[in-house]
Amino acid sequence: MSLLEKYDGIAARHSRLLEAGRDPFAIRMDRIVSATEAVIDGRDVILAGTNNYLGLTFDPECLTAASDAIAQEGTGTTGSRIANGTYSSHRALEQEIAEFLGRDSALVFPTGYQANLGILAGLAGPDDVILLDADSHASIYDGCRLTGATLIRFRHNSPEDLDRRLRRLKDDPRAKLVVVEGIYSMLGDQAPLDEFADVKRRHNAELMVDEAHSLGVFGENGRGVAEAAGVEADVDYVVGTFSKSLGTVGGFGASSRAGFERLRYTSRPYMFTASSSPASIATARAALGKIRSTPALRQRLWDNARMMHSRLAALGLTICAEVSPIVAVKMPDEEAAVMMWNALLEAGVYVNLALPPGTPDGSCLLRCSVSAAHTEEQIEKVCAVFSSCRQELENRRFVPSAAE
Amino acid sequence: MQWTADTVRTEVIRILQAFNPNSIELTPETSLTGDLGLDSLGAMNLVMELEEQFDVEIPLNLLPDVHTLQDLVETVSARLNED
Repeated sequence: MSLLEKYDGIAARHSRLLEAGRDPFAIRMDRIVSATEAVIDGRDVILAGTNNYLGLTFDPECLTAASDAIAQEGTGTTGSRIANGTYSSHRALEQEIAEFLGRDSALVFPTGYQANLGILAGLAGPDDVILLDADSHASIYDGCRLTGATLIRFRHNSPEDLDRRLRRLKDDPRAKLVVVEGIYSMLGDQAPLDEFADVKRRHNAELMVDEAHSLGVFGENGRGVAEAAGVEADVDYVVGTFSKSLGTVGGFGASSRAGFERLRYTSRPYMFTASSSPASIATARAALGKIRSTPALRQRLWDNARMMHSRLAALGLTICAEVSPIVAVKMPDEEAAVMMWNALLEAGVYVNLALPPGTPDGSCLLRCSVSAAHTEEQIEKVCAVFSSCRQELENRRFVPSAAE
Repeated sequence: MQWTADTVRTEVIRILQAFNPNSIELTPETSLTGDLGLDSLGAMNLVMELEEQFDVEIPLNLLPDVHTLQDLVETVSARLNED
């Protein structure tokens, strides 16, 4: 058997997807018009699946910051953080993130994925125990693997199950790290952080929260779900990304734990990759400034989220979670999800098609994400297109074709 | 409850039925991926059911060494004895 033959099964599934239309995993944006519009296959499309929560990708201040940084610092650093890749702007961004989150220290990574790898691999080792939520993002699973730690998976969003597992470990002297996310990316469901904080306190474990989808979105100041839940003091490590609400690329880990800075010379994913480009760093700084200076952005995002959620629910569609900027519509099966996704795109609406095993409980989802930059008209159009496509789908599936 | 090798096997087989959509005959040699078609997520979900039933932790790190039903029975038994 050759190396690539092991993918024969998954390739066959991929081929079946293509029979329904275009390849959902190879969408090409021919032209980006704005934070909420693009041209795909020659068609004007409203983007309703980009995680661009605050719509900052075309913000004039962020654009200027990026172009100024390129002019002043060049297009790339051509080096790692531990060699020639730390500029004063990297350190300034780290200080600004730490200040924003009320932490002593922050480390910046080139992507959010690498932030999880770097923080997890830096914190835990073979003699430690990590307890992770079952629905954790792939970057958390991959980071956990790098640690060599004993990995224990607890039921999604279940402080009771975490508590039971920590009780079983009560005589185990090893250090224990609990890993959860603020908001889970597929369904948009929120972790009960106050209860998790209580469990971790009682068992003297350390807690890491990935606020990838909640930074700039939740909390009075946009610091995330931990702020909204009032448990920031119980969160030992915060991880986040710049590629969602901050509209650029990169990630970070932040903490006030003594010794956190040691990760700068022990975390391999931090040390052995080229550092973020000056443009990415400058954009993240400008966008973080916008989050701090313009709470109205968050207000607009939530107004839009409520509108999208209630309009889609009013159509009788099944929405997977309470109101949040992630509005995941549950479809009955893969065939229906793929057909509907194609129909939506043909009618000028892009959402994410999310299929098992990338989704919890085998769900097939049309995952929408709302932006502060969406206009009311755009949200109305997205919901109208959902309505007409669903009608079309029902006709196609349940009305016998002429050939029958 | 006290588990013996036999009761562990019986219980593992009972739990595995939920992961056996084609109702194939389960033997000690049954391959979890080859015969039952379990992917990595399915294997982790199976482990969670076993953990609940046997009230024991089965770390994910042990999964790469578990290929057959017999491996599963031995892994569960070893974990029970450790506790």
